[in-house]
Amino acid sequence: MEQKKTKYLNPYVGGALLGIVLLAANFISGRGLGASGAMKSVVVTSISAVAPSSSEKLGFVKEFRADHPGNPMKTWLVFEMTGVLVGGFLSGAFAGRLKLKVEHSPKITSKKRLFLALTGGVFFGFGAEFGRGCTSGSALSGMAVLSLGGFITMMAIFGTAYALAYFFRKNWI
Amino acid sequence: MGPLSVNELISANTNLFLAFIIGIGFGFVLEQSGFSSSRKLAGVFYGYDTVVLKVFFTAAITAMLGLLFFSLFGWIDLNLIYVNPTYLTSAIVGGMIMGAGFIIGGYCPGTSFCGASIGKIDAFVFIGGLFIGILIFALGYKIWDGMYLAKFLGFPKISQTIGLSDGVFAFLLIIVALSMFRVAEWAEKKFPREEY
Repeated sequence: MEQKKTKYLNPYVGGALLGIVLLAANFISGRGLGASGAMKSVVVTSISAVAPSSSEKLGFVKEFRADHPGNPMKTWLVFEMTGVLVGGFLSGAFAGRLKLKVEHSPKITSKKRLFLALTGGVFFGFGAEFGRGCTSGSALSGMAVLSLGGFITMMAIFGTAYALAYFFRKNWI
Repeated sequence: MGPLSVNELISANTNLFLAFIIGIGFGFVLEQSGFSSSRKLAGVFYGYDTVVLKVFFTAAITAMLGLLFFSLFGWIDLNLIYVNPTYLTSAIVGGMIMGAGFIIGGYCPGTSFCGASIGKIDAFVFIGGLFIGILIFALGYKIWDGMYLAKFLGFPKISQTIGLSDGVFAFLLIIVALSMFRVAEWAEKKFPREEY
């Protein structure tokens, strides 16, 4: 059977739909979308589970608890990101894209790709804490509400990635 | 009327349930647009695939215009919407660290969940990296909290900072985005390749 190449949604249509989702989040919940904040909940939960007594002295955990009383996993972003997993899975199922694999350029090995993915994740996780949100929460959602910080973070993310692109080109092209 | 949860038109639990539904929409649209593929995402930095730029800016403009019109019609009170605070130093430094993470890892947090949802193992590993990165930030918080909290400017809007009305700024941003889309279309023709 000839399986035709991956077909994706027209990017402008996709963008408009994503904008409507973001608008809905603001209209319903008075806030934008996010992603890294859900991982923050996971980290806080893990720290508290491993070291219950000393964790509460940690400034990071203290601040999180002040902003989110109660169970750290019962936050808007944790529910939203659980939805992302479901929505992504449904879309992949409809499009026939569900497949366990390591995606990488033919010029690098799977092992190298996984090492780079881990390293990139560490940078992104750390940077998202520093920047008070990632591409979704700080840049995209911030831009929609015209936040100065959102625009600055967006420019810093894309500017840096473009500036470094040359040095990492062999991993992608 | 809006925002519904802030105005207590829906309960806290309904709000969480709707967060889940919004997330489904978020994940579905990201995956449909191809954001589950790191090679497709990274393409924006080399010009061979600019889906990130097109989707990202179209979404930002759509939501921004939607909010401005909703406010104009009296459907939403923009004063009750969360506007991200601006800490100048950390916005720049954090953004730069994230930019490095993006070009090294090929995903951002949202797209890594999207990739993981369809079985991309590299996306799972990226999420593991996120965990480690956030943990490092948490454990060393005392070392960088000075920098993290430096240059707090409040909650300014970019339109105020530049001295334009929201509407004029939105209009200019649309012009900028349309010009970038033109460049993007040109780049994709110049660096053609097969779809991943």
